[in-house]
Amino acid sequence: MCACRCGIRVHIRDGEVRYIDGNPDHPLNGGVICAKGSSGIMKQYSPARLTKPLRRKAGAERGAGEFEEIEWEEVFGILSDRLGKIRSTDPKKFALFTGRDQMQALTGLFARQFGTPNYAAHGGFCSVNMAAGMIYTIGGSFWEFGGPDLERSKLFIMIGTAEDHHSNPLKIAISKFKREGGRFISINPVRTGYSAIADEWVPIRPGTDGALFLALIHEIIALGLYDRDFLVRYTNSGQLVNLDDAHDEFGMFVRTEVPQEEGCYDPQNKLWWDRNTNKPVVTHTEGADPYLFGEFALPDGTSVKPAFQLLKERVKDYTPEWASAITGIPAETIKRLAHEMGITARDQKIELPIAWTDSWGKEHDTVVGNPVAFHAMRGLAAHSNGFQTIRAMSILMTILGTIDRPGGFRHKAPFPRPIPPCARTPNSPLAVKPNHPLDGLALGWPADPDDLFVDENGEPVRIDKAFSWEYPLSVHGLMHNVITNAWRGDPYEIDTLLIFMANMSWNSTMNAQEVREMLNDKKENGEYKIPFLVVCDAFHSEMTAFADLILPDTTYLERYDVMSMLDRPISEFDGPVDSVRIPIMPPTGDCKPFQEVLIELGSRLKFPAFVTPEGRRKYRDYPDFIVNFETEPGSGIGFLSGWRGKGGEKFMRGEPNPKQWEMYAQNNCVFHYELPRSYQFMRNWNKGYLDWSQRNRITRYSEPILIHLYSEVLQKFKLAAQGRGITRKPPAHLAKRVESYFDPLPFYYEPLEAQMSDKGKYPLAAVTQRPMAMYHSWDSQNAWLRQIHTYNYLYVNAATAKSSGIADGDWIWVESQWGKVRCMARYSEAVEPGTVWTWNAIGKAAGAWNLTPDANESQQGFLLNHLISEELPENREGARYSNSDPITGQAAWYDVRVRIYKAEAGEEVSSPQFEPMKPYPGMKARPSWIAYFGGKNK
Amino acid sequence: MTQLALVIDLNVCVGCHACVTSCKEWNTSGSAGPLVDERPYGADPTGTFFNRVQTFEVGEFPNTETVHFPKSCLHCEDPPCVPVCPTGASYKRKEDGIVLVDYDKCIGCKYCSWACPYGVREIDEKSKVMKKCTLCVDRIYDQSLAEIDRKPSCVKACPTSARLFGDIHDPESNVSIAIRENGGYALMPEWGTHPSNHYLPRRKTNIKIHEDELERADNPLKVDGLLPKPAKSEPSLDDITSW
Amino acid sequence: MNPAFSVIFLTTLIGAGQGLFLALFTLQSYAAFGLLPKEADGFYATGSLIALAFLALGLVASFFHLGHPERAWRAASQWRTSWLSREVIVLPTFMGVVFCYGLMHFLHWKPQVATLPSGVPVDLSDLFGIFGTMLAFVLFGCTAMIYACLKFLREWNSPLTVVNYILLGGASGFVLAAFYASVAAPELTKFFSGWAFIITFLGLLGRIASLVRNKRLRPKSTIQTAIGVKHPKIVQKSVGFMGGSFNTREFFHGKSEAFFKMLKPAFLVFAFVLPLALLAASFSVASAMLAGFAFIVQYGGLLAERWYFFAEANHPQNLYYQSIG
Ligand SMILES: Nc1nc2c(c(=O)[nH]1)N[C@H]1C(S)=C(S)[C@@H](COP(=O)(O)OP(=O)(O)OC[C@H]3O[C@@H](n4cnc5c(=O)[nH]c(N)nc54)[C@H](O)[C@@H]3O)O[C@H]1N2
Ligand SMILES: Nc1nc2c(c(=O)[nH]1)N[C@H]1C(S)=C(S)[C@@H](COP(=O)(O)OP(=O)(O)OC[C@H]3O[C@@H](n4cnc5c(=O)[nH]c(N)nc54)[C@H](O)[C@@H]3O)O[C@H]1N2
Ligand code: SF4
Ligand code: SF4
Ligand code: SF4
Ligand code: SF4
Ligand code: SF4
Ligand SMILES: [Mo]
Repeated sequence: MCACRCGIRVHIRDGEVRYIDGNPDHPLNGGVICAKGSSGIMKQYSPARLTKPLRRKAGAERGAGEFEEIEWEEVFGILSDRLGKIRSTDPKKFALFTGRDQMQALTGLFARQFGTPNYAAHGGFCSVNMAAGMIYTIGGSFWEFGGPDLERSKLFIMIGTAEDHHSNPLKIAISKFKREGGRFISINPVRTGYSAIADEWVPIRPGTDGALFLALIHEIIALGLYDRDFLVRYTNSGQLVNLDDAHDEFGMFVRTEVPQEEGCYDPQNKLWWDRNTNKPVVTHTEGADPYLFGEFALPDGTSVKPAFQLLKERVKDYTPEWASAITGIPAETIKRLAHEMGITARDQKIELPIAWTDSWGKEHDTVVGNPVAFHAMRGLAAHSNGFQTIRAMSILMTILGTIDRPGGFRHKAPFPRPIPPCARTPNSPLAVKPNHPLDGLALGWPADPDDLFVDENGEPVRIDKAFSWEYPLSVHGLMHNVITNAWRGDPYEIDTLLIFMANMSWNSTMNAQEVREMLNDKKENGEYKIPFLVVCDAFHSEMTAFADLILPDTTYLERYDVMSMLDRPISEFDGPVDSVRIPIMPPTGDCKPFQEVLIELGSRLKFPAFVTPEGRRKYRDYPDFIVNFETEPGSGIGFLSGWRGKGGEKFMRGEPNPKQWEMYAQNNCVFHYELPRSYQFMRNWNKGYLDWSQRNRITRYSEPILIHLYSEVLQKFKLAAQGRGITRKPPAHLAKRVESYFDPLPFYYEPLEAQMSDKGKYPLAAVTQRPMAMYHSWDSQNAWLRQIHTYNYLYVNAATAKSSGIADGDWIWVESQWGKVRCMARYSEAVEPGTVWTWNAIGKAAGAWNLTPDANESQQGFLLNHLISEELPENREGARYSNSDPITGQAAWYDVRVRIYKAEAGEEVSSPQFEPMKPYPGMKARPSWIAYFGGKNK
Repeated sequence: MTQLALVIDLNVCVGCHACVTSCKEWNTSGSAGPLVDERPYGADPTGTFFNRVQTFEVGEFPNTETVHFPKSCLHCEDPPCVPVCPTGASYKRKEDGIVLVDYDKCIGCKYCSWACPYGVREIDEKSKVMKKCTLCVDRIYDQSLAEIDRKPSCVKACPTSARLFGDIHDPESNVSIAIRENGGYALMPEWGTHPSNHYLPRRKTNIKIHEDELERADNPLKVDGLLPKPAKSEPSLDDITSW
Repeated sequence: MNPAFSVIFLTTLIGAGQGLFLALFTLQSYAAFGLLPKEADGFYATGSLIALAFLALGLVASFFHLGHPERAWRAASQWRTSWLSREVIVLPTFMGVVFCYGLMHFLHWKPQVATLPSGVPVDLSDLFGIFGTMLAFVLFGCTAMIYACLKFLREWNSPLTVVNYILLGGASGFVLAAFYASVAAPELTKFFSGWAFIITFLGLLGRIASLVRNKRLRPKSTIQTAIGVKHPKIVQKSVGFMGGSFNTREFFHGKSEAFFKMLKPAFLVFAFVLPLALLAASFSVASAMLAGFAFIVQYGGLLAERWYFFAEANHPQNLYYQSIG
């Protein structure tokens, strides 16, 4: 259902759902279930369900919600005509963007086969900073790719997390951790949810965590609380950096004389300065021990320093006192936190009797762990300084020696991956060719400026400007800028925008009010600026109103789904896990799984992957596709890794197995491969694991994945911006931007919007949090969940509110430099005084989700997104960049600054208000009361 | 004698409401259902639930505790709601101490709800009878369910296992041990209702660091602080003057 | 609490009915001892009918309070423990006695059953009168105990509740009797008005006593005992739902503080001060209307009093339902 992908059991009585509970045998949730999962019945039978394909009525304005029912055959006719034409002329005029789905492997394949570069999922507006910041540092990340090993940890630091993707597993783990006496510290401007049960709450000002981490690093290095052995062997701390300013290689690691092919991995051709011989040696030379501090001169006179020395210099001025002024956390607390982390890591070491061999052939009798675990999410990610902040956090985790070790951070397959992972986008517009699949992936991991997806003038190829000089490492795209860019025709106009499972006119867009206008805006010739808009949704969302064509999707109880190794599987620390969904109800009305739609379209448009060389349809339907599709003919790699091979005897790789679905069904819908114990830890440098992973084609290379304490990738961009080296160079107007943010070592800067705001006028930071009992915007149609969150308040520290003359429960205006919303205030003592917050996406447009136009969601609820802009204010040159991290393009949701003041008497309804949406044809009438009883006979 | 009850551990409850909706979901189609929802898609939606999760803030910034507080019928050992019921619809079972309402007898006079200090009984506005937590009597004895499923729905759902279920009269039961060892307490003890459900308080783990633990003999700075000595051949004052 | 109009009407109507019956039998007793001239049977018969009418109206009102009135008969089963059940038994019994009492007078069928040592003859209607009087008090007791027995509704949990139910019911019954007499037997008006004055005055004292007591009450349950956390500053942030529930509707009167504050003097004036003045006036001014007016004013005042009685009670469950968020 939601992104957590828990195992559930659906109990049916007389064809109706009677009960949904957690599957006790499922590795993810072990039988527990959340509030949303338990309310699945009200989702399945919601009157907000779409049941018929709908077309905007001829003559009706977009957004007016006037639709007529059509048949699927007509839908396919319209789409294959239109898309066929685009594909044969200019494929990039078709854009496909998807929200919180779990089928990026298929949607990505479809887009690539279509030939458009304009594809991405929600990552860019979600938490790409987390993915990129950590993957570019340690080769894996939180999110679905790894997490804290609370089973063995002693000290757990949770930063900026309210709920997260892995919510049930996290809850299970935290409570066990607490019961076993672990110490739990939460760093968050707000104390709710998980933070509520923390042993210590450290309130912090939003956007300042980078300063905190740098100060913690400062203190830990100053006291020698870092794990030296770990740093030496498993990170690039000891590697020598060229500091010859005149050199094109300035800031790069010095390479050995021996030239080595540099593929998509870290070749072991760097140098240490050996303390035994007092000479530069190749890293990991037997018997050598590198200096971590100091400055040395190579025989040719080049001045070099170990990376760790540079880190130490970087954090020199980042003292706890300095950070205290920025974060609002007392310096004493910062020091104590550093001591708690350092001492726990040092003195409570775990030693497991597991023998393993490292990449350099050294045998270890034990696996050692330093039991300090971190977890962080969007509180760090959703700021425009998030990438560098998350790098700082990753480095803090690293110097404590906690990466893929017991009690620290643990990877989940298919991670760790090389830094950066090998996937690349094309690097030139030539990759987009009529009637051809895209020559490369739409999303990838640039390793240097030559990997950017730009034309010869350095201008973006993608509609969202991802992988351009504006946001070079935007590895998940910038979905939040698609509508604005397409509307403006910058970098070009598009024809058809297909949105799947994203509410882009409401909560997953910034600046919602104006974006809604853009969706309706017309050119001079009367044509819409975005000519054709197709929305695939299961419910009556705000977005559907703007569609020209609505494709009614099935629910999670009505379709096949896979949580594939090619996407984001549900792997555990101990090995890869993937899973499937098998429908237990027939589709409601004329709903059709989007997967089937894509396969049908792909077949009709004769995409190479979907038809035989003779042009005949290859796959009957989605289940058939899942079983038989291989990444390349005969590769043996498909969407599912379990029960492959003719009889289901193989895993990870193997021929298609016609009985694969049945075998999943017999096994709780889960395939779980438990790695041998010796492969479960230290995987960045675990020879056994890396070979296993290479043999199973999880990775192409089995070279060790050294932690990038110092990031050469970032330095390469900096050098290019300085006009050095042989790579591409940024256009002049972007050189300064790239030079300042691409720093090989983390640094702190104030979030971009704050830098460009009048903080005297807008003194408060405004953020949102996930309510545990609501999934984004889509649960207000749920009769049970909406009783829990019927509308939302703005929570304000009581002292802050009083100083503005605001009483508890007052109607107030919240104003940013971009606009204002009216809502109600609620006092709270559990929020940092400079922060105000609300639950995310509770406010709705009137009439949406088939609620009555007077429903509380629209009359008392409000959406913070109206206050957030998708673009920053104009800079000095008059350019407007996305309101995003300048490195990754991560949407900076939590950077907005606001002020609050009392609303006039009589203003007792939330603002802004929109023309109420009407119900669509095919939707059930909403009852005035329900007394649900699953199954007719009592 | 048996007294079944829930023990709720406030030390780990994160306020996720899973217990709230899983209770509703089980019971609306169970022997206690259906449970009405009024104006489910309109203004001020409201309905009958047996279990609610509330939130309290304790103290003042920055020393604030946020307490999530689930509450359902406490199945009091001395339930004031039972004797007041004029019809005998409200009763306490001898065999396991569960307090139940017999819907066929209930006249919907609401008197029992007045007699309950905890605010856990809710009238069903459609069926017009008084409803409340049944401790999932239609699950816990159901032999057709697997052993691990013979638990209240809310207990099964709770992701943090903040909800324990068992016999508080059996000193060796999980709930008795939890109450005994973790300072379990009853709500509003002043009324002598002797609630069977208990709550476990917040417990904190702190680390005490002694100054002398900060530095240890194997401090890496002892290694890293030793920078290379300059080569003997490098220039020094010896080269320029002889004094 | 959120007062239900059915219950307000039930308690005030049957209170007046009980009081009226008591007034009638007081008259009969006076007459039996020769303290007043014997009154014609018709006066008693009609008076009983009026009392019955009030009782019946009260009974009807009570049905509006039930979700399942068709099952009301079941409510008689728990007399061992439930005051409500006892009320359910006593009320119809009392009505039966009043009916018999009235019928005897109507039929002039009053066989003598005994003679008191003083020689005063006792007939069957006297016996029924005595029995009815006892039942009237028992009924007052049952009704009042429904509220007074709830120990955590501390505003109610006091003997004053029982005393006041008796006094207020009695007062309205005697005022009603005065009104009735002023129409049917004007010479008795002063007798009833006199008693009505005394009882109303006592009622005023009793009610003031309970108001004073309630004002002094310090809540036994606090947010600290409610959730078991010891800290002087605890504030609820969420009740767990936002569109209301039975627990937010049934236990809060939902009216403004100002309204609530205004109601106390209002009911004191209407239920006590004005009727006392009108009754006092009726001693000097001979007007049939004064007693009638007194009754109407007082009844209105008692409705307000009863509303206030319910609304004033602060149920400890409200500690759990303070703030939506
Ligand atoms: N129930 C539920 N579960 C969900 C979702 C849902 O909608 N509902 N959505 C899913 C999705 S798509 C996502 S991306 C995840 C997101 O999961 P989370 O990352 O947990 O999401 P948020 O609710 O955004 O939490 C952000 C937290 O960061 C804090 N914060 C904000 N700014 C800062 C800061 O500068 N520093 C620090 N230290 N903290 C800060 C906020 O107070 C908040 O507690 O949840 C997933 N799970
Ligand atoms: N202010 C603020 N805004 C935010 C955030 C924030 O923290 N603060 N968080 C951001 C983040 S991290 C994210 S991920 C986005 C999420 O934003 P979105 O991805 O837009 O998520 P939803 O709003 O839930 O929209 C999902 C849409 O999918 C539909 N849907 C549900 N089930 C199905 C199905 O089975 N099939 C199909 N086809 N459709 C379905 C729903 O009806 C809904 O219209 O929001 C972002 N917006
Ligand atoms: S909604 Fe998400 S967290 Fe809840 S049970 Fe379903 S998959 Fe798990
Ligand atoms: S909690 Fe209330 S309803 Fe439950 S047994 Fe106790 S008094 Fe009765
Ligand atoms: S509402 Fe039902 S259960 Fe409660 S006292 Fe009345 S009859 Fe008994
Ligand atoms: S025990 Fe059953 S009825 Fe009671 S709260 Fe839990 S789920 Fe609901
Ligand atoms: S399910 Fe568990 S953690 Fe969630 S609110 Fe209920 S008791 Fe608390
Ligand atoms: Mo997200």
